[in-house]
Amino acid sequence: MSKQGALSRRRFLQVAATVAASSAVISCGRRAGPWRFFTPAEAHTMEALCDQIIPADQDPGAAWAGTLYYIDSQLVGHFRRLQSAYREGLASFDAACLSANHAAFADLPFDQQTAFLNHLPDSLQPFFHMVISHTMQGFYGDARHNGNRDAVSWRMLGIPVIPIRGRDQYEFPKKG
Amino acid sequence: MSLPRVNVVVIGAGAGGGVVAKELSQAGLRVALLERGRWYTANDCRKDDLRNQRTSVLGNNSGPDDERNPRVYLDLDGSRHLVLPSEGAYSNNAACVGGGTLTYGAMAWRYQPKDFRMRTTYGALEGSTLDDWPITYDDLAPFYEKAEYEIGVSGDVSNDPFKGPRAKPLPMPPLPPTHEYEILKPAAQRLGLHPFDIPMLRNSVPYNGRPPCMRCRWCVGFICEVDAKCGTHNTVIPRALATGLCDLRLGCMVKEILTNDQGKVTGVTYFDAHDRLQEQPTDLVVLSGAAVESARLLLNSKSKLFPTGLGNRFDWVGRNLQGHAYSGAIGLFDFDTYDDIGPGANIAICDYNHGNPGLRGGAMLANEFIRLPYQTVNMPPDGVRWGKAHKDFMRKAYRRTIGVMGPTQEMPVFGSRVQLDPIVKDFWGMPVAQLSGYQHPHTLEIAKVMAGRAEAWLKEAGAVQTWLNLPGNGVSGGQHQAGTCRMGNDPKTSVVDSWCRVHEVDNLHVIDASVHVTNGGFNPVLTILANAYRVSAHLAQSWKGKV
Repeated sequence: MSKQGALSRRRFLQVAATVAASSAVISCGRRAGPWRFFTPAEAHTMEALCDQIIPADQDPGAAWAGTLYYIDSQLVGHFRRLQSAYREGLASFDAACLSANHAAFADLPFDQQTAFLNHLPDSLQPFFHMVISHTMQGFYGDARHNGNRDAVSWRMLGIPVIPIRGRDQYEFPKKG
Repeated sequence: MSLPRVNVVVIGAGAGGGVVAKELSQAGLRVALLERGRWYTANDCRKDDLRNQRTSVLGNNSGPDDERNPRVYLDLDGSRHLVLPSEGAYSNNAACVGGGTLTYGAMAWRYQPKDFRMRTTYGALEGSTLDDWPITYDDLAPFYEKAEYEIGVSGDVSNDPFKGPRAKPLPMPPLPPTHEYEILKPAAQRLGLHPFDIPMLRNSVPYNGRPPCMRCRWCVGFICEVDAKCGTHNTVIPRALATGLCDLRLGCMVKEILTNDQGKVTGVTYFDAHDRLQEQPTDLVVLSGAAVESARLLLNSKSKLFPTGLGNRFDWVGRNLQGHAYSGAIGLFDFDTYDDIGPGANIAICDYNHGNPGLRGGAMLANEFIRLPYQTVNMPPDGVRWGKAHKDFMRKAYRRTIGVMGPTQEMPVFGSRVQLDPIVKDFWGMPVAQLSGYQHPHTLEIAKVMAGRAEAWLKEAGAVQTWLNLPGNGVSGGQHQAGTCRMGNDPKTSVVDSWCRVHEVDNLHVIDASVHVTNGGFNPVLTILANAYRVSAHLAQSWKGKV
């Protein structure tokens, strides 16, 4: 529950910061929201999807870790050429979910989301696998990429978070 | 406008080209060493687990750039895919001073005597161009030793009964063992196998004026933070420059090798760091661009005498593209195996390189380099790729798994090849490499047996669950790319002779893994280095004879 608390506080801060930022640039016609690529509706679906791929349990899941920030920022960076794959993939994904469940994916109960993903139409498999890869990259990658907040996955795996080992415990052999 | 003449242009400052530049400049030749990439040092070490030569989902850390260097990959159905250097099907190695030796895992294997005699040992194989090398282990042995001492190798192969004869031990002792080593060694011995310390191009003690390994987890794929990895960038290339006769030019993309009406090389044209076209006249050219780019440049160097590219009269340039069919197994233990002491790989067996009943060859098997968290996300067995089960597995298994893998020696295939793509051009307007082909079925058969051997070793070591890692049937290449300019005595079935001279062109040599007839059941770099020393010595001698 404390993680839930952390989540909502963090969310609040993000939203507050974004509102402040977006009011400054609103005259440039930029979309409101913290995202550089996703629309708020897309981000809503994506966060639910990320949390299905790496769910929260005794350790935080992908949404808490901010994995969507990783994907979003890469989509205007190294993944630029995947923009249409995301835009079109999400549209098809949402449509498929609506027609199967008469509800948006993010609004379904967790287990029903899982069931939908387990029976995803073949046409959506490439999209889903792309999202799986990128979610894994964000969550299990170095915290510097903004998808692994507080190095939460590395702590979960039990590896030292400081990325350099050796210097403090290693002595160069003496010559002679 | 052409530049002042040099004695030799070396194309590519990687494993092969670095050695050639040093040997020939020390012999008094004026050398222009052309490298399309940049020169990185330990200061450029950036421990980015998503952007490096092994995991390049966000790009490569030592080239080439995604923007300028596409390739085309034809999959098994013949569909075309435009691929970028950071994508797997690209078969990237590197583009920088040192080439792959800047960021490699640095295993320093000598091939075994039988690896040079595959046809004699096993006979012909249908559907494969399996053949003997025109040189033997004994021809290379003194140069293997030279590479081990000049570039620097640590390890202890004295307990490997399958190795070829060697005159001296390795110059540096192995690094102290890790937890995985302590688990795997007695298990191998109980199975009657012969485990030993992997030879590595990595300082274990101060050597060549550089410090030893500090045992961090960021090794294969990364530039070494303390410069303990030994490559051509921190050994032979600085020595070449110290002669005052070697001019290293960075950011230079060679366009074409020029020939005259007599069929002799007269020079090369290249785009310099400012994309200006330059012409460099020369007496000799040594091509060391690695198997894909070396073949591509020969094919791109067309003229009236060589309408299908240099050395390609019998359509062998670009053929027999190979790498290694990596296979092995992963074992899950009910205790921690992970100790966070790099580089990880340190124990190997060569019991299965040859002598496997019914199989032509095999592989060295060794434990894996430390796998960073993201590198393990596809590790869970039974296709578990997401959801709670995946997360549970990661949490349970990350510190409790050992991987044992081996580079299965491939049966070369004539149809696995580098061609020029008819449509796609690179930034400079030159046709790009198009890769296509497949694995010979026997390669996959061997790989499967090797994976079973790895699994048996892990089980003996106490793994409570094991599963196999098997290669796919697409063409390989990658960092172990080889075979595209085969060395041989018959000009009709090879591209270069036993001195790596292109059959039809007196003053053009190919010195990299392109010339490998077969690629051993081992990481190929020490063989590339040794062969470069061997051919350089010959080139230097014949040069002196000439003047």
